[in-house]
Amino acid sequence: MRSGGLFSFGASFDKIINPSRPGCEIAYGGDVSYIAHLKCRQCGRTYKIEPIAACEECWAPLEVVYDYDRIRAEVPRQTVESRPPTMWRYRELLPLANAPWVGRSTGFTPLLPAPRLASALGAREVYLKNDAVNYPTLSFKDRVVAVALSKAREFGFETVGCSSTGNLANSVAAQAAAGGFKTFIFVPADLEPEKLINTRIYGATLVKVRGNYDQVNRLCSEVSQKYAWGMVNVNLRSYYSEGSKTFGYEIAEQLGWRVPQNIVVPMAGGSLITKINKAFGELQKLGWIELAATKFFGAQATGCSPITTAARNGTYEITPQKPNTLVKSLAIGNPADGFYAAKMILESGGTGDDVSDAEVVEGIRLLAETEGLFAETAGGVTVAVARKLIRLGRLNPKESIVLAITGNGLKTVGAVSGELKEAEVIRPRLAEFEELYLNVPAAAGAWPATSLTDPISRARAL
Amino acid sequence: MPITIHIPPPLRKYTNGADAVETTAGNLNELFGELDQKFPGIKKVLCTEDGTPLRFLNIYVNDEDIRFLGGAQYNFQDGDEVLLIPAIAGGVSQRASQPPGDGNR
Repeated sequence: MRSGGLFSFGASFDKIINPSRPGCEIAYGGDVSYIAHLKCRQCGRTYKIEPIAACEECWAPLEVVYDYDRIRAEVPRQTVESRPPTMWRYRELLPLANAPWVGRSTGFTPLLPAPRLASALGAREVYLKNDAVNYPTLSFKDRVVAVALSKAREFGFETVGCSSTGNLANSVAAQAAAGGFKTFIFVPADLEPEKLINTRIYGATLVKVRGNYDQVNRLCSEVSQKYAWGMVNVNLRSYYSEGSKTFGYEIAEQLGWRVPQNIVVPMAGGSLITKINKAFGELQKLGWIELAATKFFGAQATGCSPITTAARNGTYEITPQKPNTLVKSLAIGNPADGFYAAKMILESGGTGDDVSDAEVVEGIRLLAETEGLFAETAGGVTVAVARKLIRLGRLNPKESIVLAITGNGLKTVGAVSGELKEAEVIRPRLAEFEELYLNVPAAAGAWPATSLTDPISRARAL
Repeated sequence: MPITIHIPPPLRKYTNGADAVETTAGNLNELFGELDQKFPGIKKVLCTEDGTPLRFLNIYVNDEDIRFLGGAQYNFQDGDEVLLIPAIAGGVSQRASQPPGDGNR
């Protein structure tokens, strides 16, 4: 065991030294894989571990099943706690047979108490799970990509790719560069420029498609049917989506091995919210937490709300929509996991709701001004939906609430730049400063002079 | 002129390996029926007994999801290209072809 290294997981694991990546000694080897098989979520048919994602009988998604009895017997919670603060501290519950090939520092992002936001929302106990600072590309997608590309390596793929609304593109491009893969990334042509640049900079081949995400995804599916590439959210989806579970494990551990009473999660394809639920359930199954009884609340933008519309109507069946919203990262009109997301939300006792683009911007600003956290548009959706649900009496403000912040505001600056008042330019003279800036409300430049100045009061008044 | 149905790899075990099939079906229900007549057994992996497409199978006509065209009510036009795409594609990696010059697998 290399002492003091980044991956000093513990003496019970064999050391792997990968000759092609000098310096990357990773204690992760030996008999540490607890993967049992893949299982169809609908008909229950099982498959061996291969790069497949859909059942050949009913087309439903395949789920990774683990040997939980062995994990319970062999991995005490204290072992997890002793490991470095990355998503890989939960590695027995992830579908890799070997050490992660990429994303070795990903995860374990902060869970932040948010008292000022709580006050603005009229809630007692609010936390922010902040994947806006995830590594390496500032979104929760870094988790799923770390798993998917590491699995791609195990399967022997040399070319990888994805269809994406932006954050996934960024993460695949970055981690594929680090992992030495050839990369094709398919995106709608009208994505935010920040997300396009944050993909191209890593040298990936960016394929801009005239169409919405659902059309891009269809093309990507056709590509994956023809070429033996590892498409992270297509033929590697069963493994990729497992990475989202670490978002849930971390919340539970950071709360002292308990789950929140409520969680609000933004939804695009619907996978993340179902995987957080799976994570909490696994922790209960392993005896690492007492009871997983969280109510799940799904959040979408009104301009693309197929899952929340279904949940609000009390059904699991998804009617596809044509997206029309500035929240491009959630603009999936035909969500692959929508059925399971709606089902799980309703079974948990939660619900779903959506907010207008204007409310999304308010949500971004409220979060920034109360907690100093600049989230991308999906974060604005989460905050605004939480506020709406509390006001409607559907989310209990006296219970603990976690808000899932899944991406960084620096990637969607265009959504808010037009909302912020330009600062006046003055000469370097004290009198001008005092005249222009001290005679206006304290948060000068952030608010029109006619608004309430305190963001908490303002939020309550809206 | 007939319409063309593109068959995804997991279904080609029913079509003797054919990746495209031509039919003169007028609508979705007829399409399922004609396919099952030509390739017995295929219908059960396309739709339920009442002809509703399976939940996780997406059907496109040219570039559009058939649900935006009226679903089962849509009347196929001459030359339409019908794509059957699993909502979550996959399961073909061992059988997929390689692009020229690509060194994969």
